Parts: sequence; C-alpha cells; structure tokens
Amino acid sequence: MAVRVAEEWLSACSGCEIAILNIGEPLVDLLDKLEFVHIPVLMDHKYYGQCGEKKELDIPEADIGIVSGAVANEEHLEVLHKMRERCNILIALGTCATHGGIPALLNCWTMDEALETIFNTPTTQKPSSYPDEGVPKLLDRVYAVDEKVDVDIYLPGCPPNPRHIAEVINALLKGDKPSLPGKSVCDTCPAKRKGKGNVKKIKRFLENAKIDPNQPIEEMQCLLEQGFMCMGPVTAAGCAIDGAPRCISAHVPCRGCFGPVKKDGNQLLDMFNALASNGIDWKSVVDRKSLLRFSGAHGMLRPTRK
Amino acid sequence: MGKVLNIQPVTRIEGHASISIYLDDNGNVKDTRLNILSLRGFEKFIEGRPAEEVPRIVNRICGICPWMHHLAANKAVDGCFGVTPPPAGHKLRELCQMMAHVNDKILHFFFLAAPDFVIGPDGDYSVRNVIGIVRQAPELASKVVKMRQLSQLMLERFAGKSIHPIAGVTGGFSKPMTEDERKGLLKDANTLFDFSLYALDFAKENVFSKYEDIIKNLGTIKTGFLGTVDDEGNLRLYDGHLRLMKPDGSYKDFSYEEYTDYIEEHVEPFSYAKMPYAKAWNEGFSMDINAPKGIYRANTLARINVADKMATPKAQEAFEEFREKWGRPVQNTLLYHWARLIELVYACERTIELLNDKDITDTNVRTKVKPKAGRGIGCVEAPRGTLIHDYTTDENGCILKANMIVGTTHNIAPMNMSVAQAAKSLIKDGKYNEELLNKVEMAVRAYDP
Repeated sequence: MAVRVAEEWLSACSGCEIAILNIGEPLVDLLDKLEFVHIPVLMDHKYYGQCGEKKELDIPEADIGIVSGAVANEEHLEVLHKMRERCNILIALGTCATHGGIPALLNCWTMDEALETIFNTPTTQKPSSYPDEGVPKLLDRVYAVDEKVDVDIYLPGCPPNPRHIAEVINALLKGDKPSLPGKSVCDTCPAKRKGKGNVKKIKRFLENAKIDPNQPIEEMQCLLEQGFMCMGPVTAAGCAIDGAPRCISAHVPCRGCFGPVKKDGNQLLDMFNALASNGIDWKSVVDRKSLLRFSGAHGMLRPTRK
Repeated sequence: MGKVLNIQPVTRIEGHASISIYLDDNGNVKDTRLNILSLRGFEKFIEGRPAEEVPRIVNRICGICPWMHHLAANKAVDGCFGVTPPPAGHKLRELCQMMAHVNDKILHFFFLAAPDFVIGPDGDYSVRNVIGIVRQAPELASKVVKMRQLSQLMLERFAGKSIHPIAGVTGGFSKPMTEDERKGLLKDANTLFDFSLYALDFAKENVFSKYEDIIKNLGTIKTGFLGTVDDEGNLRLYDGHLRLMKPDGSYKDFSYEEYTDYIEEHVEPFSYAKMPYAKAWNEGFSMDINAPKGIYRANTLARINVADKMATPKAQEAFEEFREKWGRPVQNTLLYHWARLIELVYACERTIELLNDKDITDTNVRTKVKPKAGRGIGCVEAPRGTLIHDYTTDENGCILKANMIVGTTHNIAPMNMSVAQAAKSLIKDGKYNEELLNKVEMAVRAYDP
C-alpha cells in the first residue's frame, strides 16, 4: 500500500521543493512507494473543492506531511494547523520552517514599519491603505513551524540536502525513526587548519579567499583563519556533498544556512564565543544581527526599541 | 444572489495565489480577481546589511530563479561601490545565469505546464501532473528528469550551489574556472543543447499543433511588452538595454538607469504584489480587457516580441519560424510556451559560446572592492521577466534603501486580464466544471508566475 504524502509551503521560496526534485532519478523509484495526495507546486488538489464552492479549507489525510516555509500570515497558520491535524508524521523542511530562515529577518522591524517602507518605494504609487481584500492578514512577526504546532522531524537547510530528504523518506517507509548527525559544518570541512596566526579582527568578504587555483580544496586554509567571518563552528552540518560544505567548495565562507548545531542554539552568541575564545575581537563584526539571518524566529530577532 | 468560485491554491505555479470568479444571477462572469497572497518584505529587511552580503540574502526571494536575484543584486552592489568585474568574472556570471535559465525552462515546460497538454486539460487532477507523466510516459519522464538534474548538477559542480548561489561576489566571481571544469561543462552543455532541440520539436508536435484553438484564444489580451536587447537588437538575458513596446508595435529603448522614468507600480487591495505599468505612456492604469491602459507584459513572449533577432544560429532559426507564423507583436498568451522553448535553445547555445570563450578560464575573476556610499541599479532578464534591483548604500557600504521590481510582477496586471478573458469566454449561464476552471488556470500558467 502506497504511503500518502501531503506537502505544503508557507512563507517559502520553493527552494525546498526544488531540493526534493534534486533527489534526481532515485525520486522516480521512490514514487512507486508514495502517493502524493496534496502538493500545490506539482498537483491540482484544491482547498475548497475542485470547483471552489466549499467554505472550509481542507487537505486530505496523509501518513507523511512535509511543510516548508516560515509562518507569516493567517493563512499559513490555517494551512499549518490543517496539515498537523491531517498528517500522521509532520516534517519541517528547510531552515525557514525549522528556524524562521531569511523571512524572519523582517522580525527586526514591526509589521507597520515594514509595510510603510514596502508600499512607499520611489516607484510605488502609495495606496490609501494596504492590501486587505482576499489576502491573508500578516501575523505580528515571522514564526518557525514549531512555535505553532508540534513537529516530528526537523530537516533544516537553505536549501536542505536532497540526500537527507531521500534518507528520511526511506527511513520512514521502513518504519525506522530517522536521525541526522549532530555535528557542525567545521566537522565536515576539508580546509587546512594551520592555526589562527595573527588574526585579531574579522574582515568583510570584499576579496576572494587565498587558494592556488590548481590545488584541491584541501589545500585552502580555513576561511576563519584567513580572517573572514565563517559560521562553520556554529552551524549544523548537512550541506556537504562529495567532500566539502557547499559554500566552502566555491571558496566562499559559511553564513549558517542550516541553522544552529543544536536545535535551540543561538548562532550569534555562539559565534561571538567562538571568536572570543580565539582572541578575535567580536566587535569587529559589522552587522551582528546578520549572524541570525537564518535563525531569527523563536524570538531571536526583535524590533529595536526606540 | 451571485456565486463566488474560489480557486485556491492556483497550482503548478511558483508562488501563492488564488482566483476568485464572481458570477451574476444568470451564472455569467461579472468579475474576476487574481489574488497574490504572499509578502515577505525583502525591500525592508536588507536595510542595514553590508551590501556585499545582500546577493546571498536576496537569492532567497526565489528557489527556482535564485541566480537571477543573485546576479541582479551583484550588479547593483558593484554599482554602489563603483567596481567593474574583470572580463572572466563578468563572463562566469553570465555563464551561470544561462545554465540557470536552462534548468528553469525545463522545469517549467515539462514539470509544470506539460501535464495540461500531455495528459489533457480535462484529465483527472490526480493524474494531470508530472507524476502522471512518469506513469503514463516513463521514457519521456526519465529523459526530462535526467536533463533537469544535469543542468542543476553543472551549477553545483562549478559554483558550489545551484539553489541559493553564493559564487557571484562584489567585484566579480568567487573562483576561476579550471580547464578540466570547462571541458566537463562543455560536454554536458552539448547534451543539453541536443535536448533543447528535441524539446522544441516535441512541443510543436504534441502541444502547438494539437491544441491550436487553446493556443490562439485562451487568455489572449492586448498589451505592450518589455524586454532586453543589445545594440544590434539581439535578445539578451544578461546585459543590454531595455525596450518597451506598445501594443501597436512601436517602441522606446532606454538604459537600466532610466527605469524610473518609464515604470511605476500600482497597488490594488487584492494583491500583496504590486502591479508595474508604463507610466511613460501617459495613459494611466486600467485592467479593462476592452480598453487596457499602461499594461505591458514581460517574460519569454515579451522578449521574443521586442527582439529583432537572436544572437545564436539555431535559436535564430526557431525565432524566424515563429515570427513568420505568428507576426509581431504576438498577443496569444499560450505562445509564451513556444517562446520559452526558443529561449531554451538560445540559453544552451550561449552557454556553449561562453564555455568556448578565450577568457573563461582566466584566473583574474575579481576586482578590488572598497565599500562606499553610492547607488547601483542591477538588471537582468529573469525567466519570468525583467528583474530590477536598485540599491543605495551609506558610507559604511551598508544598504540605506532598496527598490526591487521582480520579473513576475510585471505580469500581475496582465494575468488578471487573462483570467478575466478566459473565465468570461469559458463560463456561461452557470455552466462550469473542473476542466473549464483548469483552463482558466492554464491562462495563468503560461506566464510561468
């Protein structure tokens, strides 16, 4: 009997859904064992009946529910509660769902401040009131999924690693409880550690990392040791494919897109601790709030009091 | 008492939308609305961020076209800081954009749009999707899955990430291309190019010739068009200048920096996404399908309409065939699909051209960068339309303010009009069913919103 899967996306960008597709050919084999009952990006199941006549939002029952995106408006909340009600196991997919993600950067401002800017740009014909017909009301801030409902499995990443998604689904099909390693990005990074040397301040990423273009990634010195801000020490492992964390493989420092190493970690405080314990002046970091750019839900990012 | 049909969610699109169809007492369509339901606020929350960080924040506007936002942002930040990438840096950026266009178009045509044609617009909804294609046409599905995956893997292998890229950096690119990488990518690019020709033939045989009535009439409206061309009038996706065409075919060319003289954004209460329109035409804004005002479209059909020619041979052949059959400018909404496949051929040919460029493996890929106060306007053609990122920085090189006009938003007003046209022509005397409502959605899907 096929396992029923429902998928929804809240304040999302569709990157997690493309990550599912990036499972590639093995996904076609997986499809033999799965029955997608609801997945708006690919399939035409509707909330209010197929002819839009019903009044109550409905999503079919499913064995596995997958939710991507943060919770930012009343409709996200309604859809999320319905998913929790209808799905036996609920997976929070992607860092927006697990930790707020990029959309939670908006938590640095109140919704009024945000709307004031967005509907008043130089090319916008400023309206007399903000949109409010047939569009869902915004919540007071952006939330992670587990701030609103219980989550059974967390699959962070921006985007999440397609291999993990496949592993988790395969484990669930076997009746196993999937588990992901609790390591940090540094634990999966092949860059060369030589010792921090004379680095006292963090420099902005305004020049490329030093690496001989003909040498493999293992010969590149650790980017933190090169003086760049790299959030490897405080970020959950998972992005590495074939040998190196994704950004590192392009010679670019990590910005923490898998969220904290421990689910409720604080990427800002943890990073400052890591810098301080290496004698690096954490006050040299420009825009410290940026360290929470992927984990700004759970009250981490708040509007500045005036 | 009239009835309201609430089609939600609009499916097989990249975003959150609903369609409301208002019927009068006789069961005829008196009004329609396409509600755009999401608002995330990127224009607000990049304020205060160091500008060189922004390209890896705004890529998250979209997980299907992140390279477009990434590169438009990089161009804008370069403008703020007054830097120009070295030739290799510039070309590597365009190369990645081309590969991104390739996988985006394969995704849209085969995974999102094709089910309506391959399974049929009246098919059972549980089968009328790519999973249904996997079951009914496994060979086609296997090919398509492989090709889309290949184009993603090419980006991942070279640039680290395909989704939410980080390799475009202020001043250029984060790493040079080695000769081995170049050879590997060239081989794959040729595979994709062959596939692009197959895709166009497949579509001509299974879609455009089989569904002529839908192609000619569904969602067809009369608008202007916006796209990018170079100094010779070639369609360009990375660099060039803007061309805004009126419904009568006359047009005006202007530079990216002048965009605020031509475009303004109208706000409707039923959509969080704003609606750009041509303020330069001095006719105001109206979505009345019988008397539209200021309305223009972007995205593939628009780009094909405004272009005089294509810069690569096979794409030019396909372009000439299209223009001979359909004329200029073409208003039939479903022809977005045909235009999209012509662009797929171009993106493949341009990828190969760039991989064969003598500068592409040069090791000088990034100019020195010093943050400063400034303003930069970065523009590229995203798959969904002309994308504009306009940033202003303070003396620390942090974002002071930002204005973004996202590609798909140029089409919000036109999509509303296509929905009105489709609903009014299909639903009469209270007779509607799943097939007719799906056809209304097909009028939206053509825009690949």
